[in-house]
Amino acid sequence: MKIHSNLAVSDSGFIFNPSNGDSFSTNVVGADIIRLLKLGKSLTDIKKDISVKYDVEPTVFEKDYEDFISQLQDHFLVNND
Amino acid sequence: MKTEKLKYERPAIRKMNTGLMNKFGTRTEYAPFTHIDGVSVKELINKYGSPCFVISERTIRKTYQNAVRAFKTRYPKVQFAWSYKTNYIDAVCNVFHQEGSWAEVVSIFEYTKAIENGVPGNKIIFNGPEKTKADLQIALENNSYIHVDHFDELYDLIELTQELKKTAKVAIRVNMDTGVYPMWDRFGFNYESGQAWNAINKIMASEYLEMVGLHCHIGTFMLDTNAYAIAAAKLSDLAVNIKYVFNKTIQYLDLGGGFPSANTLRGAYLPGPDMIPSIDEFAEVITNTILNYGYKKEDLPLLILETGRAMIDDAGYLLGSVIANKRLSDGRRATIMDFGVNILFTAFWYEHKITPAQEFSSHTEDMVIYGPLCMNIDVVRSSVTLPALNRGDHVVVHKVGAYNMTQWMQFIAMRPKVTLIDTNGESHVIRENETVKTITEPERMPEHLKTFNL
Repeated sequence: MKIHSNLAVSDSGFIFNPSNGDSFSTNVVGADIIRLLKLGKSLTDIKKDISVKYDVEPTVFEKDYEDFISQLQDHFLVNND
Repeated sequence: MKTEKLKYERPAIRKMNTGLMNKFGTRTEYAPFTHIDGVSVKELINKYGSPCFVISERTIRKTYQNAVRAFKTRYPKVQFAWSYKTNYIDAVCNVFHQEGSWAEVVSIFEYTKAIENGVPGNKIIFNGPEKTKADLQIALENNSYIHVDHFDELYDLIELTQELKKTAKVAIRVNMDTGVYPMWDRFGFNYESGQAWNAINKIMASEYLEMVGLHCHIGTFMLDTNAYAIAAAKLSDLAVNIKYVFNKTIQYLDLGGGFPSANTLRGAYLPGPDMIPSIDEFAEVITNTILNYGYKKEDLPLLILETGRAMIDDAGYLLGSVIANKRLSDGRRATIMDFGVNILFTAFWYEHKITPAQEFSSHTEDMVIYGPLCMNIDVVRSSVTLPALNRGDHVVVHKVGAYNMTQWMQFIAMRPKVTLIDTNGESHVIRENETVKTITEPERMPEHLKTFNL
């Protein structure tokens, strides 16, 4: 699974997909995940980074992460290769 | 140096669409609702559990006093009677009684509650279609106002008063066409067909019945003030005719209830607060109609109001917590709360305002709010825009004071505590939560079913 590399993500959570012109808004945690995915980080690394920055149990985050990734898939923001 | 971690919010993403805005725009400025009358929602949940109902005594008193002001500044003789069926928790009833409200009851169960609360019998209005002879006798002995619903009840009452040789103070309930459809004609005697006048004739001819009032209850959640003008005029027509034909002065006109609260009805185009007439608008049309009807000054009847919903809805809150989040097959977010339609019966009628009770970001999601029941109908909001809620987050449901604490069901789950915040900001339990024992205590087990082997 890889996020499209050309996605533009602003600090406020505004996302623009230049390949089709779609735009999205996400919250701060969502924006952090997208930035980390763009850096090519693995789930283990993302989990670590998020749990250092935010007050969240790893199991809670893992569940929310899976759901978030499925939303990114629904919006064609990630490749399943 | 240890740095404090940031508050976590479930990651969420929303596609931005152009050209789909309605003229009111989208609402993203929700502020957390953290305190009720200065008491922290979190503390209330820690102390009384989740879910739990909270009633603001301050709001009840303020709302009641505003309604009384609206009528008393326009009409010389006004009396409110608390509609027990709207919320008959004793502490709630007593707030209204302390404010000067009589009791309006619709069953012997409610009648007994009013008596046990200390309401004098002659300040109880007994409405409703079911009054057995035994019920009528109690009301008769207590000198209560009996509002007759149908001829069978009227004949029972005539028979009973003759047997006991005691005079009953009666009114008839009148149903009528007020321009609001479907017409509420299942209660009382019809005005247009002459049925109401027939009932009046029978009462006037009865030795032990004293015709003291005329009553109507034209509907519920009424949005048209003019319907009350029509009702007041038709009751006045009967009162004036009674004076003319029988030389009998009618002591009171009881316009019933039916004023709406600021809740938003399901499917309504505009939010509740933008749709409903104010209590002053209702007061204006009712009092103007009566004052201008042509009563002699000494015959001006007492105006009784049995307003329930509009007096208590705003004062009630339901506190709850998120059990789980999930995604439905069509991609919609679903949030499962620990309260459902079993205790929030009004979710069938209203799009209740639900507010998170803790800080959140401005990012919102469209979601379905489900209750905890294993039943497909347990939908609290079929579509609502809320911030990303985490498991365990608290929410506040607003304007739940009317009907929920009387029409709630013990179904699948048990009913929670009801608490009241007094005018000094102190909280009290006014109804304990149910336990398994509450439910099983009235059950009886036949001997042959007491044991089994699995």
